[in-house]
Amino acid sequence: MVIDCKHVWNFISDYIDGTLSEEARTDVQKHLEHCEICSAILDSTRNVIILTADDRIFELPVGFSERLHARIDLELEEHRGDGVKQTPRDVEDS
Amino acid sequence: MALSYMKNEADAEDVAQEAFVRAFRNLASFRGESKFSTWLISITLNEARTRLRRQKLVPMDSLDTPLDEDGHVSPALLRDWREIPSEAVERGEIRKLLQDAIVCLPDIYRQVFLLRDVEEMNVNETATTLNISVPNVKVRLHRARMMLQKQLAPQLKAATRQSRRRWFPWS
Repeated sequence: MVIDCKHVWNFISDYIDGTLSEEARTDVQKHLEHCEICSAILDSTRNVIILTADDRIFELPVGFSERLHARIDLELEEHRGDGVKQTPRDVEDS
Repeated sequence: MALSYMKNEADAEDVAQEAFVRAFRNLASFRGESKFSTWLISITLNEARTRLRRQKLVPMDSLDTPLDEDGHVSPALLRDWREIPSEAVERGEIRKLLQDAIVCLPDIYRQVFLLRDVEEMNVNETATTLNISVPNVKVRLHRARMMLQKQLAPQLKAATRQSRRRWFPWS
């Protein structure tokens, strides 16, 4: 089936994810072979996905890990303070 | 993920810390039915929603009610796109363009985009985490990607053109 540019745009996300039906994928591929603009849209979308997924885009704030560890240490202390005592049975089992 | 809900770093950090603590407290209830990261993200999102509800900043039904699910997003029309290498992210200017574009996405699209394309959750995990249907995940992801392409492709092309000329003066 011959499809136009607007149809191809609707399929771009599924095309990238490889979730199009065999038939639709073939139609899109045929269109891409001769359409410079849709090829550029596909390539730029894929490129934008790769760039935005980069770990460096949203880096953790300075000191985040230290503050998180301090919070967890506090929680661990409270947890121990809750009096989680081992029974003789627990000791035998361990 | 916390930042995508809370919009400011201090609240987002509070949410992230609380999520870790809750996960620690409830570790025994993690049965391994999903990936640990998925479970942790779900806890983070629940914590963020609870806080927002408490602050009454956001009407929570907006998450389940698509704003414009029938709307159509046209991509930016380009002819000669050249791949921008990941090294470009080293440049603060490029990083800022990418951050701003993601932050400016409408909430429902940004959440799906972050879970699918940044956290690399699959469609079903994303649907479960956000409590929306699988077709909704696909539609929102498509829109988010198209919105990002529409905004970013021309900006990235312009921002990288100058430096490319410097490297390849004949182009």
